[in-house]
Parts: sequence; C-alpha cells; structure tokens
Amino acid sequence: MFKGIYNWIDERLDITPMWRDVADHEVPEHVNPAHHFSAFVYCFGGLTFFITVIQILSGMFLTMYYVPDIINAYASVDYLQHKVAFGAIVRGMHHWGASLVIVMMFLHTLRVFFTGSYKAPREMNWVVGMLIFFVMLGLGLTGYLLPWDNKAYFATKVTLSIAESVPYLGPYIKTLINGGDIVGAQTLTRFFAIHVFFLPGALLALLGAHFFMIRRQGISGPL
Amino acid sequence: MALGHHNDEKIVYVGDSRVPKRNLENVPPDYSAFPGRSEAFIPNFLLKEWMVGCVALVGFLVLTIAHPAPLGYQADPTNAAFIPMPDWYFLFMYQLLKYPYVSGDYVVLGTLGIPGVAFTALLIAPFLDTGKERRFYRRPIASALMLLSIIACIYLTKISWDHYQHQLELTGTTPEHILREEKAREAAEKAAQAGQNGGSAPVDPADLPLVQADDPAMSLMEGAGCLQCHAADLKGQGSVPALRGTGDLHSKEELVDIITNGQNGMPAFEGNLSTEEIDQIATWLALQKAPTE
Repeated sequence: MFKGIYNWIDERLDITPMWRDVADHEVPEHVNPAHHFSAFVYCFGGLTFFITVIQILSGMFLTMYYVPDIINAYASVDYLQHKVAFGAIVRGMHHWGASLVIVMMFLHTLRVFFTGSYKAPREMNWVVGMLIFFVMLGLGLTGYLLPWDNKAYFATKVTLSIAESVPYLGPYIKTLINGGDIVGAQTLTRFFAIHVFFLPGALLALLGAHFFMIRRQGISGPL
Repeated sequence: MALGHHNDEKIVYVGDSRVPKRNLENVPPDYSAFPGRSEAFIPNFLLKEWMVGCVALVGFLVLTIAHPAPLGYQADPTNAAFIPMPDWYFLFMYQLLKYPYVSGDYVVLGTLGIPGVAFTALLIAPFLDTGKERRFYRRPIASALMLLSIIACIYLTKISWDHYQHQLELTGTTPEHILREEKAREAAEKAAQAGQNGGSAPVDPADLPLVQADDPAMSLMEGAGCLQCHAADLKGQGSVPALRGTGDLHSKEELVDIITNGQNGMPAFEGNLSTEEIDQIATWLALQKAPTE
C-alpha cells in the first residue's frame, strides 16, 4: 500500500531524484571507521547534528512548561525540574546537550582544520560552519539566562557590561538586547525570543546551507 | 502553453504541471569517485552510524541521570555577595578580560581586539591559508597558530576555573545549586525520620513563631542591618536563611562565631557590633527553637 501511495505522489511530483540525491551517495573508505578506526574523527559532524536534534526536541518540550517572565520563570523551571514526570531528564538533556554540542562542534572544527578540508573548493562551507559556531555560542549565551536563578542573572549582567564596553556601538547593543536600563522582565523576554525563534531560525537556515554544500561537493578526499 | 504534449518536445511535463517527467532507472550511482572500499550511505553506512549514535545517546542519558541539571535560587538583584560565572565555554574570554593590558583603559583590546582578530581569522581561514597542501605538518604556520590558540584557550579556562574555586574557598561560599540540593536532601531525610518516629512532618523555620519577640536584641539587629538580608520578620529571603528556629540548628557559641566572622557570603559583624552586643543577639537567637508540645 505504501508503495502505491509513493508511486501516486511520485507520478505527480517526481520526488525520487530528490531523496535519491540525499540518500544514495558514496561513503568512501577513508572516512569509514569500519575500515580505519582512526576515521572516527569524521563522526563528530554527524554527532553535532545528532545532539542539535536532541536540543531542538528537548527544547520544544521545555517550552511546554517554561514561562518567560521574571516572577514565574524560576518557579516554572523549579516545577519542571522537581515535579514534572521526566522533567529532570528533559531539562538535563537540554542542559548537558548545550555543553556537548559545543564540544562536538569544536572537535568537528579541529578535524576539518587539521585535515585541510576547508581548502578550495570548500571555502564557503567553512565560513558557513563558523557562522553556525557563532550562532551556537549565541544560543548558549541566551539560554543561560532563562532559568532566572542568581547564576543566570549575574552572568548576564557581566555579559551586558562587556557588550557595553564596545566603542560607539556598545550602548546601543546593550539597549537592544537588554530592552531597557536594567536586567529585568524585558531582558528575559528578549533573551527568550532570541533563544527560541531568532537563533534557531538562523541555525536551521545555516545547517541547510551546510548540508546542501556538502552534498553538492562531496566529502574531501583522502590525504 | 498548450496542454497537450507532442513527442518531439524536449521536456515532457507531468500533466499541466511544471514537474518535468523523467524516467529514472532504479540503479545506484557509480561509486568509483574514490579509491578503496566505498559503500552506500543508505542503508549500509547509516546502520553503523546509528549504532555509534545509540552508544552516544546512552552515554548522554547516563550523564543526565547521574548529574541533574543545576538550579540555584531565584535571581535576587540585591544579592551583592554572588560571584558571577559564565558557562564554561566562555571562561577563556572572561579570564582574558582580567589581565591589565586588556581591561580598564585598554578594554577594547580585550573585548574587540584579541577576540575579534582571532575569530575573524578563524572565519576567513580558507582565504588566509590558500596553499594547495592539506596535510597539517606541511603547513606549519596555520597548524602552529591553531595549536597555540587551543593551548591558550585551555590555559585561560583552567586559570579562570581555579580562580573561581579559590574565590569560593576564600569567601566560604558553597555554589547555590549544591547548597540547594543539600538542603533538599536534609529536608527529605528529616521528613523520612519524622515519618519513622511517627512524628509530624518538619516545619518550615519561617513558619515558626518568634520566642520573646519584644527582646531588645531585635532592635540591636535592626540597627546592625541584619534585617536587610534576613527580612524584617526574620523569615529570610531567597538564599538567605530564616532566623526563626535558628536555635534548633546552631548553639549559642556557633552563633557568636557566625556573627563575628560571617559565613556563606554573610559579612563579618566584628567591627559593627561590640562583643557584648553579639553575645546578647546570639543568646536571643539561640532561644529561637520550635515549640515543644
């Protein structure tokens, strides 16, 4: 029956070439840990994506309980952590995943750097990858404030005073992300919006570009 | 455009849509671009990758269960004793800003200068390192710069962490998320004990009545500023404990010591209060016990 449905859609939209292009490609020997164990270094990109997917899923579940406002934010995280069934697991995955994704991305970057895979013709993919790195750091920075405990609050104050010390633009940057003169209700909703809508949107677009380019160009050859 | 198709047209569309009609034969592409044993991504390689993914996921879940995500006390902007700390992957930048030539008058060098140059160089690395050579030992400048940067980041992170630990030790502070967990465990143990003894559940110290509420010690404490943190009704606020029920937790001697020398971010009151005053307050606080039936 599934074949029938597939054929019916394929007849109309010709979808076979699309997924064939994604799925049916060659994995050469030099990146396959089954043949050379040292090729495990090529796994870090995939693991970064895997953890990113975990971050997106666990984050979606967290927003079912989280309330981005200064009175309820802490209480909702507290409730989520101590009362909701499996809440501690979901929040734990999001918390530790945030660190793991940085670690994996760092290792992936080092692999690409030390195998010289960023050289022509893959320059653009490296630049996009670095932009993904910056977006991830931004996600870590904005997500840190959301539990609204003392650690979150005072770290954000430090971040904002660092942003303010940038010449000329500093005060404007600070007002933009602070949403006022103090770290307060506006800051929390802004960080929430940036963490949940703006940066993930940018991240998905950049990831799409990253994967499109790796599919077009294929993986870099053996050294 | 005419709806009908003629056989001599170059592109044949599906119906009147813009989807070109193609006849793709179901044969895998030619895997000869690379030497050696290539294999198909789906399903051969992906199956193995799933296994790596499963192992990673199990490790991840074990970490999550063994170490619950930390949560301190609710943000309190008036808390002056809190030691700010960014997430670990920002520590190297945080530490960098503590050095004299990249802070104060030169802070632009620390916030924009060094990180700006480093991250811009990283961003445009392929346009700086344009040689054809890919092996890292054949491009010593790029590799050496990268290695140096990594070592610098690790070093700065370590220094920053050690400094934080040292500060915690100096101020006698326990990080809030640990403090909170310990308190929760103690409360749970007490509740379990009370349950075993057939007694009532433990009472929140903030709910206890004050003993001898009109004692002159109260006005002494008001004058010394105790109430600013421990609240006017002595019920505590945020991470600051309630003073009601203190007598159940500390003896008079311990209270004298805490007031004189400070504890967990509480300042020392040695200069503000005379020894007699401290003694008077401690005597009264030691009386603050839960009523016995």
